[in-house]
Amino acid sequence: MDTRWDVIVIGAGAAGLTAGIYLGRARKKTLILDHGTVGGQMILTYAVANYPGVPESAGASIVQTMREQAEGVGCTVLGHADVVRFDLSGPEKVVEVDDEGTFTAPVVILATGGVPRRLGLPSEEAFQARGISYCATCDGDFFTDQDIVVIGGGNSALEEAVSLTKYASSVTVIHEFEEFQAQPWAVEEARKNPKVRFLTSQEVVEFAGEGTLSAVVTRDKRTGELLRTEASGAFLFIGYVPNTGWLEGVVALNERGEIVTDEDLRTNVLGVFAAGDARVKRYRQITTAVADGTVAALSAIHYLDELARAAA
Amino acid sequence: MLRTNLKHVQSTAEYNGLLSDGGKAAIVCGRMGPMCIPVYGAMEALETKYPDVKFFDMEFDAPVARETIRRLPEVQAFYGLPFTVYLKGGKIVHATGGIQSKAQVKEILDHKLA
Ligand SMILES: Cc1cc2nc3c(=O)[nH]c(=O)nc-3n(C[C@H](O)[C@H](O)[C@H](O)COP(=O)(O)OP(=O)(O)OC[C@H]3O[C@@H](n4cnc5c(N)ncnc54)[C@H](O)[C@@H]3O)c2cc1C
Repeated sequence: MDTRWDVIVIGAGAAGLTAGIYLGRARKKTLILDHGTVGGQMILTYAVANYPGVPESAGASIVQTMREQAEGVGCTVLGHADVVRFDLSGPEKVVEVDDEGTFTAPVVILATGGVPRRLGLPSEEAFQARGISYCATCDGDFFTDQDIVVIGGGNSALEEAVSLTKYASSVTVIHEFEEFQAQPWAVEEARKNPKVRFLTSQEVVEFAGEGTLSAVVTRDKRTGELLRTEASGAFLFIGYVPNTGWLEGVVALNERGEIVTDEDLRTNVLGVFAAGDARVKRYRQITTAVADGTVAALSAIHYLDELARAAA
Repeated sequence: MLRTNLKHVQSTAEYNGLLSDGGKAAIVCGRMGPMCIPVYGAMEALETKYPDVKFFDMEFDAPVARETIRRLPEVQAFYGLPFTVYLKGGKIVHATGGIQSKAQVKEILDHKLA
């Protein structure tokens, strides 16, 4: 494989693949790397109903089309490619990928997205796929006629709580605050459902059980009292954290670890741009990631053209 | 049939054959869902790096899965797809439930199937 590229995009989710489509069409030699499965969070989405111009589709099928589009305009897309060393500081950026080699480019676009937030309790790890799940559509049917909990208070938590009532005999929504962050319609929908009950101002302190989950222990934030809720399943929807731990001290991050950019999606490091859920922004959707991928690619193309003009 | 680039185990006889030949194999038993697709992808990426291991998928809702992997004592505590089992010397030497990264799979291949 070639070692020198015009642009290396790190992260092949909606933002990274879109950046690739624009870069490829502008004839910039582009390598898109992903340490996981190509597609990012879109792969985790059973049905996307709000991507304009596309009737409700599985996230995986949108990924397939985006990947074909990026490869169709000449991008090389590498999944399961672990970046083991990198230097983004100089004019020529260096990225070394396990088993593949060392690649260089004057431009890097960081599109590393996010991963589901975990509570970080040791017992959470122990009960993964043994009662704890992060995907209602994938694992809901394991809990048919059982009592389960949903942890979280945003739209995802309340919508999934309602959808899980198709299987479970009861769904208890456990939330750390008194008020839900979800939109009023999502709260209303959940409140209307006779199988859904609510435990608010509760901090989860432990998942308990012998081999499989049997209860969730919470602490009431108002009284300090411990409460044990019997449940064979716990679905966690407590938001996302940016995949930027590896970028600390490399580019400017805010206090939540999100990459700081200007309007043209430049970071504080010359030649390094950022797009998608990994950067500072309020709304994280496929449409906004796609928009970011577009802006970052167009800014990168402008930057590369300026470099070429300066060298001529 | 699952839409992956892995070989598929489609009958109980095929599964039993894998056990009885005593070789090393990894079988991912799942659906075309969000937690399963990344595991198939990890296996596809590792296939060329472990030539002594055979990599397969198996459809979770097909009769073959109900007759084989879904019956194993090793998976009875699993409440998350996919169920992944590792075979060596005619035995199940390891099983995982739920999504796994390429690094996690590699770790299992290096330690349990070494
Ligand atoms: C369950 C679920 C349902 C959703 N439903 C919808 C919906 O219906 N509609 C909607 O618009 N949005 C939805 N979203 C949100 C939407 O999917 C995301 O906002 C969007 O896909 C983010 O795209 P991204 O490219 O910024 O990041 P991601 O999709 O997170 O992609 C980032 C990629 O970077 C890779 N990566 C990370 N770190 C590295 C590294 N160090 N080296 C190499 N690669 C790396 C990751 O493996 C990943 O593939 C949903 C999200 C989830 C989780």
